[in-house]
Amino acid sequence: MSAIPALAVDNLSVEFRTRSGIVKVLEHVSFSVGKGETIALVGESGSGKSVTAFAVMGILDAAGKVTSGTAMFGGSDLLKQSERDLAELRGRELSMIFQNPRTALNPIRRVGQQIADVLVRHGGATRADAPKLAIEMLKKVRIPDPERRAEAYPFEMSGGMCQRIMIAIALACRPALLIADEPTTGLDVTTQAVIMDLIGELGRDSGMATIFITHDLALAAEYCDRIVVMHAGHIVESAPSQTLFADPRHPYTAKLLAATPGETASLAELVSIPGNLPDLRREDLPACRYSGRCERLVGRCAEPLPHQTIGDRHGIACWNPL
Amino acid sequence: MTGLLEISQLAKRFEVGGKRLLYAVDEVTFTIGKGETVGLVGESGCGKSTLVRLINRLLDPTSGSIRLGDTDLAAIRASGFAGNTNRRRVQMVFQDAGDSLNPRFTAFHAIADPLRRLKSLSGVALTARVEALADMTGLPRTLLTRFPHQLSGGQKARVGIARAIAVEPELLILDEPTAALDVSVQVVILQLLQTLKRELGMSYLFVSHDLNVVRLLCDRVLVMYLGKIVEAGPASEVFADAKHPYTRALISAIPQADPDKRVGRLRLGGEPRSPIDPDPKVCRFYGRCPTGEPRCAEQMPALRDVGPDRQVACHFA
Repeated sequence: MSAIPALAVDNLSVEFRTRSGIVKVLEHVSFSVGKGETIALVGESGSGKSVTAFAVMGILDAAGKVTSGTAMFGGSDLLKQSERDLAELRGRELSMIFQNPRTALNPIRRVGQQIADVLVRHGGATRADAPKLAIEMLKKVRIPDPERRAEAYPFEMSGGMCQRIMIAIALACRPALLIADEPTTGLDVTTQAVIMDLIGELGRDSGMATIFITHDLALAAEYCDRIVVMHAGHIVESAPSQTLFADPRHPYTAKLLAATPGETASLAELVSIPGNLPDLRREDLPACRYSGRCERLVGRCAEPLPHQTIGDRHGIACWNPL
Repeated sequence: MTGLLEISQLAKRFEVGGKRLLYAVDEVTFTIGKGETVGLVGESGCGKSTLVRLINRLLDPTSGSIRLGDTDLAAIRASGFAGNTNRRRVQMVFQDAGDSLNPRFTAFHAIADPLRRLKSLSGVALTARVEALADMTGLPRTLLTRFPHQLSGGQKARVGIARAIAVEPELLILDEPTAALDVSVQVVILQLLQTLKRELGMSYLFVSHDLNVVRLLCDRVLVMYLGKIVEAGPASEVFADAKHPYTRALISAIPQADPDKRVGRLRLGGEPRSPIDPDPKVCRFYGRCPTGEPRCAEQMPALRDVGPDRQVACHFA
């Protein structure tokens, strides 16, 4: 873990304009990831994990708008970069792996060429060298028989193989920051383990910072140094993985852990989380967006959320933590 | 436990051109008892879905039998099964309720459809039955007039379950019913399934990737690898003491939050062997297996008993 953050997001807020009103998707989101560090953004669907990543990468949908905040990366604010400068950074300094490798890859281009394209566009390779370098990358992500596989199209490969290609493309130019958005959803558990080991290993070797987006808490705990828990566009808790599991302090984190089938002996021991996410279009959204589902409400919960840090980098946004 | 479903030597081979055959399900034998929940696990491409489609009679088997009570379902052709009286007895809950519900059917219509077709219900009796099913599955009656896109993931899952249990099946096949749901909703749906099974006395065949869920919900578990069952036994025993190296690798791959539990885990290298015209002498797991001795390439290990109610297909178990 390094003291110098590779990426520092501060006070990020994002809104989406829709026909039925303005949706306040993210509000005052702040976190950082250090060089060589891996953090996880976890939360249920609709919690704002992917939107956070998209905002940082500058690939928000046209309806989305960043209304406040900064995302400092290598001395400049990503949120203020021109589209042209961002296009230069993406692929070289910033990389992203998407959820479904089959739809993210070009279906009518050989996978070796797709890796070579990135190397030529962002890595300074010549057209003549690129195919050889692409095969090197295929070796790195441990694709057997890389010379032959480079000639394959995505449909000729399994899901796990396609995800390895995505990783090869994302890491081809040795980025400083990798965002992996549910990279193993839809893969088998055995493949998932291999892919996660691979991302971790390649990240450690090159000192890359990694943001890993997932809804699987156990997976996050196994592979990440720190976990950031999101709920309805707020960061509610962040802590080193082991601390978060051993000692969750935000009521939502505790509930999320109690709902996860892990070591529990029977189904009856699992507890669901009452209620739903609040409607983020509401004008009168409460200061704490979990308050409608929370069993630990106190008078102060209506006041603006506190952001306190306890012990070793354990942050909570709650007036009445556990 | 008395048997409800008895699968014997069931096989499905697909022609893939040039007289080559893909062995999707290769002479599989197992039983499901009355009121029992059996979990079916294995990686994509291992034949889980084909097996499910054979049992559900959406596909005709190449050989073998599927006995449900006294009836051999394998003898009824898949093309005519929708109109068969046995259709009612085997029902299915599909993976993604969002994709498997007709977008132009309201929740009421979706649940009523099988009742009209298979139980010839109509009018007041139909309405009463649909409302009773909504109550049973915890779907508020006010939501019955809604279309799938107006329902949340958990609500759609409830409609999918209500529709499947509407005709009182004896066997309910659940194909990853909670894969698309958040953990908080998943808990509710799993607990609902367990309650319904107890109340209605159904048997479940539960297909899942999530081994933690299988461990909690299932009485027995079947592990499939490339068309073959490689291990079978009570879920608690298989998870505590897996005999087949593939099962061990599967369990090793479950993410662990606790670092102390991550020691000595088995990682699988390589890719699975091709299911097309496999060598009948070679163990299907050979090449990926950490043991893999010459014997494994000369003699395919048969599924054999290794204790009461436990079977494994490995020379070294």
